[in-house]
Amino acid sequence: MKRNRFSPVLQLVVTEFRLYIREPSAFFFTLIFPLLLMLLFGSIWGNDPFPGATYGYIDAFTSAFIGLVILTSGVMHLTVNMASYREKGILKRFRATPISPVTLLAAQLIALLAITVLGVILLLIAGVFVFNMHFRGSIPEAVAAFILGCLGIAGLGFIPASLVRTARSGTVTANIIYFPMMFLSGAALPREMLPGFLKTVSECLPLTHMIELLRGIWLGESITAFPVEIAVLAGTALIGGLVSARFFRWD
Amino acid sequence: MDNAVVQVRGLMKSYGNTMALNDLNLEVEKGEIFGIVGPNGAGKTTTIDCMAGMRSLDSGSIRILGLDPVRNGTELKKRTGLQQQESELPDRLKVEEAVNLFKTLFGTSPSTESLLDRVGLLSKRQSCFAALSGGQKRRLFVALALVNDPELIMLDELTSGLDPRGRRKLWQLVEEFNSDERTVILSTHYMDEAEKLCDRVAIFNSGAVVAVDTPAALIRKFCPGIRLRLGCGRAFDPASALSAGGVLKAAMDGEECVMELESGDAVIPVIQEFSRRGISLGNLKTETPTLEDVFMVVTGKEYQDEA
Repeated sequence: MKRNRFSPVLQLVVTEFRLYIREPSAFFFTLIFPLLLMLLFGSIWGNDPFPGATYGYIDAFTSAFIGLVILTSGVMHLTVNMASYREKGILKRFRATPISPVTLLAAQLIALLAITVLGVILLLIAGVFVFNMHFRGSIPEAVAAFILGCLGIAGLGFIPASLVRTARSGTVTANIIYFPMMFLSGAALPREMLPGFLKTVSECLPLTHMIELLRGIWLGESITAFPVEIAVLAGTALIGGLVSARFFRWD
Repeated sequence: MDNAVVQVRGLMKSYGNTMALNDLNLEVEKGEIFGIVGPNGAGKTTTIDCMAGMRSLDSGSIRILGLDPVRNGTELKKRTGLQQQESELPDRLKVEEAVNLFKTLFGTSPSTESLLDRVGLLSKRQSCFAALSGGQKRRLFVALALVNDPELIMLDELTSGLDPRGRRKLWQLVEEFNSDERTVILSTHYMDEAEKLCDRVAIFNSGAVVAVDTPAALIRKFCPGIRLRLGCGRAFDPASALSAGGVLKAAMDGEECVMELESGDAVIPVIQEFSRRGISLGNLKTETPTLEDVFMVVTGKEYQDEA
């Protein structure tokens, strides 16, 4: 028989992407919700420079909205998707094909990354055209920070995504991680508003570090100024990867 | 056996303290439709999963097309097809997309159209998986199991829960696949399906094969007798039927006396004896045993032990 040279990874990514676009709630929460938050808060605070600073609200908080996109795809979507695939025997069906498990998971990650990038592009378009957003940092460093952030948050998401057996418990688990992270890491509300002990909690969340890292680079600091943030994100990615490799359930 | 496509020897598998397979042995020859039947928990799915390289073994050996499913899993998956029990696809994946995806995953390129035509889903090519009926979903899974033009397909409860029409369509697909000497392994809960479709049937019980042969040979061996029902009226004493030659057991079922005869040859003498006693033969039925009767005989004891 003629061989099919089309790449399995690419085909899986395209398939996942299509399914994603056909899923209105996932679509809304990753692509539209962060954009709406940006438009809402942006319309309240505008983007005029803060007193004594050269940047305004949007410049300082776009990294937070980007964090929200990463959180939604890396924790919420990854966990619910994998749990539902597991519950329905879809993972088991894929396992009966010659592709390796790593290929399957890599395709999931690439598809999620593509969706996340799409969400970020929407934010950037709104930022530039609606709020006259400024970016003062190094673009390669920002891209590196973004990818590291994606890996760190997906690493966190891969822990429940590897273990949870049903879509229902996947949704519950994802929510338990998602909402505290969203409110405490500065993704939806400025961290400066948090009382002292919640600030401490906030320091423990990988998303906080992702947002701080990207915000710093955004406002012109060098990536080398954030060793703690980089270590936390790389560590989370590593731990998530190891847990997933060791405990991943196919059914 | 030189012609063996599948050789399973001394297979053992436990889940925690539960022994799923206990010294299971199996041989399937090239070109056979081989049935696997047995009560729930008898080890049918575990065996199929082990043969398909989806599960590790505790001990024993498996050779499928000469390959070890654990060590040569990828090669085996390329040459076999598998339909799994209770497997689904993403709700919004379209039929055609599913086939194209699996073609890519297997690295093969059969025509999607002819494949869908073969399973009768060509008109549904743009439908989402969730919109398919139960029978259509199973046929799609058969199509996915065929994307690599396999030498052997393993079908785990292919027809469970389908209506008679859906079942018959799938039987037809299995027979078509089998027509050019390709091998089919099929597990089922339907004894009529196993009897009609399978060249040989293995009856599983408690993780081992307790009987294996052609359906006809199994019936001859385990249920050689024949059952006779005769409307004798409620007042009839079944014990009196035992004096007729060849009657092994007799009991009343409503107005009917149900007699187990040792063989078909005993039917005419028994009828003559009843006729001589002046009992009307107007309401007479003979029932020949089926694979289902064999199943009950072969697996029945364990059920009683459990209860």
